[in-house]
Amino acid sequence: MRGIFKIALKLLVNDRGKFAALVVGITFAIFLIVQLTSIFSGILAKASSTVINTGSRLWVIDPSVQNPLNTIPLPDYVLDAVRSVKGVEYAVPLYSGIGLVKLNSGAYQPATVLGLDDTSLLGRPELIQGHIEDIYSNNAFIVVKDQEYAKLGNPPIGTTFEINDHRGVIVGIGHVPEGSLFGIPTLYTTYSRAIQYLPNTRFTIAYVLVKPKSEAAIAGIIDNVAKIGYRALTDREFEREISNYYKYQTGVGTNIMMMTFIGFLVGLSISGQTFYTFVLENLEKFGALKAIGAKNSELVSMILFQALFSSMVGYGLGVGLSALLIATGKRFVPNYTADIGFWNLALAFVLVLLIAGVSCLVAVRKVIRVQPFEIFRG
Amino acid sequence: MGEALRAVQLEKSFGEGAAKTHAIRGVSFQAYWGEMLYVVGPSGSGKTTLLSLVSGILKPDSGSVLVEGRDIWKLGPNEIADFRLNKVGFVFQDYHLFPKLTTVENVAIPLILKKQDWNESLKIAMEFLEVVGLAQKASLPPTKLSGGEQQRVAIARAIVGRPDLLVFDEPTASLDGTTGKRILDFVKNEILNDKRCIVIVTHDNRIFGLADRMIEMEDGSIVNVRSGGKIEG
Ligand SMILES: Nc1ncnc2c1ncn2[C@@H]1O[C@H](COP(=O)(O)OP(=O)(O)OP(=O)(O)O)[C@@H](O)[C@H]1O
Ligand SMILES: [Mg+2]
Repeated sequence: MRGIFKIALKLLVNDRGKFAALVVGITFAIFLIVQLTSIFSGILAKASSTVINTGSRLWVIDPSVQNPLNTIPLPDYVLDAVRSVKGVEYAVPLYSGIGLVKLNSGAYQPATVLGLDDTSLLGRPELIQGHIEDIYSNNAFIVVKDQEYAKLGNPPIGTTFEINDHRGVIVGIGHVPEGSLFGIPTLYTTYSRAIQYLPNTRFTIAYVLVKPKSEAAIAGIIDNVAKIGYRALTDREFEREISNYYKYQTGVGTNIMMMTFIGFLVGLSISGQTFYTFVLENLEKFGALKAIGAKNSELVSMILFQALFSSMVGYGLGVGLSALLIATGKRFVPNYTADIGFWNLALAFVLVLLIAGVSCLVAVRKVIRVQPFEIFRG
Repeated sequence: MGEALRAVQLEKSFGEGAAKTHAIRGVSFQAYWGEMLYVVGPSGSGKTTLLSLVSGILKPDSGSVLVEGRDIWKLGPNEIADFRLNKVGFVFQDYHLFPKLTTVENVAIPLILKKQDWNESLKIAMEFLEVVGLAQKASLPPTKLSGGEQQRVAIARAIVGRPDLLVFDEPTASLDGTTGKRILDFVKNEILNDKRCIVIVTHDNRIFGLADRMIEMEDGSIVNVRSGGKIEG
C-alpha cells in the first residue's frame, strides 16, 4: 500500500469514535437497503411462482387482464386457434383455481389446484416421491412439498381427502422452484379432472401454454395471437408484468422504494455529516501536510480512500447483517420471504458509492481550499 | 559562504480597498549556507509573511525568490509543492503534529510524501528521533509528550528529509525560557552545518544570542541588518 494511504487509514481508524459512527451509519443504511429490496425481490419471485414453476416459454391470456394474478378464463376455441398459428409447435391449456380441501381431521384448507393438459402434462412439477403416470389414476392429486405442505397435515402418498365434495388421493409429492405468495398449499391434477371437480365458469382455460417452434417464431406468434383478439407474452414479459403490478399498482413497491430511499438518505446524512466533521477537525492537519509538500491530488486521494474504506466496511457489515437476519428469518419464520440477489447487492453497492462520493465531495472542497499560509500563521 | 537564498524586491498585500494591508514592501535580502538568520520585529511587521514568501508557502505580488539561482515562484503548483517537500523543512509555531499517529510516524511524514517505502521511512525517522534524543518515545502519540519534546519532534520532522533550508516561525513561543534556549542551542550545534541555512522568526530576545545575523523588520520593510545577535539601543 502506498504510504499516504496508510497514513490516511491511520488518521481515520485511530479516530475511533468518528470511525465507529461512520461505519455504523453506513452499515445501518446498507442493512435497510438490502433488507428491504431483498424482501421485495422475494415477494416478486413468489408472485411469479406460477410462471416460474410452469416453465412455459409463451403464455396466452385475455388482453383485458389488468392484474396478471386474476385470470380471465379463455374459451376453448382460443386453444384451437392458437394451435393453428404459424410457428406454434404445440399449445396446451392450463387450469388454475382454488379448491376447498377437507382434511381427515375435519379441518378445511383452501388450496391452489393446477390442472395440467391430459396428454402432455406440460408444466408438471418435479416428483420427489411417486410416479407421474399415477396422475391418471382415480381421484389422483400430486401435492407440492413447500412451506404450505404442513397445512395439509404433511400428507404422505396414499392419503385421502375431500376436495369440493369429491374424493381425492395423494399419488405423488412434488417439488417446485418457487413457493407461492398466498400461503396456501398447491395441488396438481389433470386438466379434465380439475374442471370436473372444481366449480367453473363457462370457460375453463386459465392460460394457454405455447411451445414455439423456435425463438425466432415468437414475435410472429405474438402478432398472430393478437389478430385473433388475444394476447401472447413470453415468460420474461409475464414475470415483468407481475412485478410491475406489485411495484406500481399495489403500493408495496412504491413504499419499499421510498423506504430504500429513506435508508439511503439516513446513511448519507449520518456518514456525510460525520465524514465532514472528521475532515473539518483534521483540516489543519491536511493543511500542514500541504505546507510540508503534499499535492492537492494526494490529499484528495487520501480523503477518497478514507471515504471508500469506511463505505466498504459498512457495506460488508450491512450485507452480512442482512444475510444473517434473512437466514435466521428463513429458519424460524415460515413463509419468510427475502432473496438477496445480484441486483440487491449491486443497488446497495451503487448507493454506498454515492454515499462515499457525496460525503467526499463536500470535504474535498474544504481541503483543496485550505491555504498552507493559514496553517503557517497559526 | 555561498548564497542559499536571495529575495528581490518582494511585495505582498492582503485585502482590497480600505481594508488593504501592505504587509511586505519592497524587501530584498540574502541568506547564506551555514548561517542561522533571525528575522525580528514588532508584531504585525510582516515576519511570518516574509518567511512564507521565501519558503514557497505564499506567492508574492511581485518580486522574486531565488534558491540555487532559480526563481521558485516561476514554478507550477505541483513543482512548488515538490520544492517545499524536497528543499524546505518547516517547524510551525504550534507544531501541527498528528495526534492519531505515533511520534515516529509523525517524523516519517515527509519521507512518506516523497514516496519512500513505509518501513524504510520509519527506520530513518527513528534515527532522527535519536538525534533529537527522543528515540524512547517513538511509539507514543505526540500528545503524550511535553511541549519541549513535541518541539523536538517537529524539528526531527523538519530535518528528516535532509532539506537545505529550515524555516522556524516562533519556535520558542510556547516554551519556557530555558527549554527554548536549550532547543535552539541544540539546533545550532547539531542541525546547522555548512550545507544548510536556518531562518528563524522570533520575538524571543532570550534566544537572540544564537543568531549569526539578524534582520529587523518594521511595518513591512527591513529597517536594519546586523551581524551577531545583539541589538543596540
Ligand atoms: N491572510 C491575511 N489577510 C489579511 N491580512 C493579513 C493576512 N495575513 C497577514 N495579514 C496582515 O499582514 C501584516 C503582517 O502579518 P504577519 O503575520 O506577517 O506579521 P508578524 O510580523 O508575523 O506578526 P506576529 O509577530 O504577530 O506574528 C499584519 O498587518 C497582518 O494583519
Ligand atoms: Mg508571525
